[in-house]
Amino acid sequence: MPTIKELKSQLSSKNISVRELYDDYYDKAKNSKLNSFNHLLGPEYNKENIKNSQLRYDEGKDLSLDGIPLGIKDLFCTKGIPTTASSKILEKFIPEYESYVTQNLLNDGSLFLGKNNCDEFAMGSSNETSFFGPVINPWKNKNSLDSQLVPGGSSGGSASAVAEGICVASIGTDTGGSIRQPASLCGVVGLKPTFGSCSRWGVVAFASSLDQAGPITNSVEDAAYLLNSISAHDLNDSTCSNHKRDNFLESIGKSFDRPITIGIPSDYLKDINSDTVEQIENTKKHLAKLNINVIDVEFTTTDFALSTYYIIAPAEASSNLARYDGIRYGFRGDGNSLEEIYVNSRSEGFGEEVIRRILIGTYVLSAGYYDAYYRKAQKVRRLIKNDFQRIYNDVDFILTPTTPNEAFKIGEKLDPISMYMNDIFTVPTSLAGLPAISIPSGLSKNGLPLGVQLIGNYFQEKSLLQLASLLEKEFCFNE
Amino acid sequence: MNSDDWEIVIGLEVHAQLKTKSKLFSSSPNQFGSDPNSNVSFIDAGMPGMLPVMNSGCIEKAIKTGFALNFQINPYSVFERKNYFYADLPQGYQISQFEFPILTEGFIEIESENKLKKIRLERAHLEQDAGKSIHDIDPKYSFIDLNRVGTPLLEIVSYPDFNSADEVISYLTSLRQTLMYIDVCDGNMQEGSLRVDVNLSIKKPNAELGTRCEIKNMNSFKFIRQAIEYESKRQMKVLESGGKIDQNTLLFDTTTGETRPMRSKEFTHDYRYFPDPDLLPVHVSKDQIEKVKSTIGELPQQKLARYLSEFKLEKDVAKIIISEKSYAEFFENLISAKLIKPKLAAAWLIGDIFSFIKDKNLQIIDIVDKSSKIIQLLEMIERGTISSKVAKDILIEILQNNIEPGLLVKELGLEQVSDNNELGKIVEEALVGEEDNIEKFQSGSDRVLGYFVGKCLKATKGKGNPKVINDLLLKKLSK
Repeated sequence: MPTIKELKSQLSSKNISVRELYDDYYDKAKNSKLNSFNHLLGPEYNKENIKNSQLRYDEGKDLSLDGIPLGIKDLFCTKGIPTTASSKILEKFIPEYESYVTQNLLNDGSLFLGKNNCDEFAMGSSNETSFFGPVINPWKNKNSLDSQLVPGGSSGGSASAVAEGICVASIGTDTGGSIRQPASLCGVVGLKPTFGSCSRWGVVAFASSLDQAGPITNSVEDAAYLLNSISAHDLNDSTCSNHKRDNFLESIGKSFDRPITIGIPSDYLKDINSDTVEQIENTKKHLAKLNINVIDVEFTTTDFALSTYYIIAPAEASSNLARYDGIRYGFRGDGNSLEEIYVNSRSEGFGEEVIRRILIGTYVLSAGYYDAYYRKAQKVRRLIKNDFQRIYNDVDFILTPTTPNEAFKIGEKLDPISMYMNDIFTVPTSLAGLPAISIPSGLSKNGLPLGVQLIGNYFQEKSLLQLASLLEKEFCFNE
Repeated sequence: MNSDDWEIVIGLEVHAQLKTKSKLFSSSPNQFGSDPNSNVSFIDAGMPGMLPVMNSGCIEKAIKTGFALNFQINPYSVFERKNYFYADLPQGYQISQFEFPILTEGFIEIESENKLKKIRLERAHLEQDAGKSIHDIDPKYSFIDLNRVGTPLLEIVSYPDFNSADEVISYLTSLRQTLMYIDVCDGNMQEGSLRVDVNLSIKKPNAELGTRCEIKNMNSFKFIRQAIEYESKRQMKVLESGGKIDQNTLLFDTTTGETRPMRSKEFTHDYRYFPDPDLLPVHVSKDQIEKVKSTIGELPQQKLARYLSEFKLEKDVAKIIISEKSYAEFFENLISAKLIKPKLAAAWLIGDIFSFIKDKNLQIIDIVDKSSKIIQLLEMIERGTISSKVAKDILIEILQNNIEPGLLVKELGLEQVSDNNELGKIVEEALVGEEDNIEKFQSGSDRVLGYFVGKCLKATKGKGNPKVINDLLLKKLSK
């Protein structure tokens, strides 16, 4: 797959025009059978942007993402473009405003190819909860070529589209693993930045204290390109950090000028399948080649992370989704009273998984249960954060598998708990608010991609991307 | 039934709308009386992905209130979400402070039966107002106006320290006055700038507190008094006839003068409070507190004390002048050049000036531009240039037609006549043919003196100085 750098060089040298590049991706996207876009934007729609981008190339004044066709997860509000969160309740919603993240991408010259399918309101780990149907993973299990596999979720459309090569890169969101897990299952790169790196303004909220935008790309360098664009302070998001942003491209591919230690949590590797263990063992060998020191570390809170997450995230979601009531916008059910309109709009407008989480969230915040669930979960969350900081006294980064398994068949996992287990390695990082990246590390016995997750300390994206770029190169030589 | 057997116990929750340019969490204007749904931002309308940003001006207003009402100002407070569904609550939750309010443990002193009584205040917290539902325009539809959504409120909660409607009114008067003095609230009752919930129970002396009922959302002192009187009698009737009070939320029906229960659906909520993950906790520093403190100015009770000691005003007079900040400012302006005695200025202000603005349905602010002319007039009175009677007419000319008092006095020759010779002649003429009355006076009837003064004044067309006339008459008659 061509990288952003390569495409920009092609555009600069006039080997291809911005329009030709756009048409090329648009045609591939239009003909794709993987359902990874909810909404595609034709070249006519982007006519002005394409023209302006071409002008800038002609004048040698191209912007950092000029002319690059991107997919945007259908959770970002895009002005004048349908934004559905893959839900019936927002099926016909067209925002009057542009999210801060996507505005930055537009300001840097990128072109939006369309809105990527995702799990409904980003709730899911297989992209099967979308109102617009499941997304299909471009990879096939070599021992079961007939079956269609999930791309992971919730940014499943983004990961599938990038893996299929029908958009150069995509912007997803990650709440408990929604960028990293699908990136791993589709064999692409997925970065969840530190909570507070990217503004949440204009992103349909799932769980406010966890949601974070991030890139899904074909290379670590591409992720750095996109992070440079989307990581910025925004006064309209009180939780967005005002720290100075690095140029994340600077360190890509460079070796470290200081000794680096990586911790591998032994408690993560208990009871996991041999494919996954192999990824870690393999990665260890490459790290040794890079002269990076690896030590065993052990968390004391890992067992509690998933249940903590499934209290906090649904609690916030139950409140965040209260605004979808059929009154001011979106789907409205029939009814003769306010209450009937509420009940019918929300019962018919939300899918099963969303309703499940609203009910869980409502329950854990209820009088008499708040202390036992929500308050306790907040305390455990604090302990998880502390646990990470204890480990970071000894190491620079932490290495884990991204997912406990490879991509599975569409329709295979029916009970919610086994679905939730997909996020067991990504959720602790989300609760701690730390940055983490999943990069493809190899293939399973079934020939399916698997990834490893590298976790950095707060706002250490620059060195995290540096490490990921070095490992990426190692994995490539290995192929 | 003997109401003397019962003690009434009342606690109040007062919702004061803060006088700020913009709303608590959005930049839309905070103003009353605009066209419906014209002061509504995407945030106020609860659009997807919108985030609240705190208006720090509201924190300052809260700190000011903290000083004025002797509250403890908390360095740490937290905005939480109060979740419930209603058509005029677009987010599906109200952002309010719950576990950690910005102000705790204050007090205010009120006058009760000529003694000072301390009313303890439990807490005051910031919260956003909801919109308005209008149910009486159409038989089939309700209308929603979101202009009020997000208006900043300070809810001031008292302990159950009131024992009568008089105390409640005295407190509310004083509270309203104070909030207006410190520019926190415009005090406009008709526009709902102060709304009051009354919690009322009755008990026998020395008994435990009885079961209370809450009368919600009243914005008129008159109706609050009526509601307290009605509700306390209702509870006495119930208890004396062997019944018991159900804890209930009531509305006061202003047409029947009775309280009636709200439908249970309107208030039985489990609000599921939890900290709003879109907002950071509020930290108030010592510096910030000191800075705000310096902007507070003189509070009404301090002003009252000064008017009594420095200006020697009668307490009743001083109380009227301090009752509104605008009166006090007007008064202090009149005497600022120290040419007019405070007592004279006070008498004219609460006498003729007040009756003029009351007659014409004006506010003091409407005549502020005439201050310098009023000062000239009062100076002429002070110097004895004109009589009070003439001054009354000139005052009307100033207020109504904005004329120059000095010019008018000269033009019409209205200067007061104090010349002994000139008035001496008039006195002599007045006594001609009044032998009977002179005799009456000399045999001890003082009333006759008034008659003679009046006769003399009439002869001077009101310009004669009554004091000089009085002296001359006494001299003449006692011979």
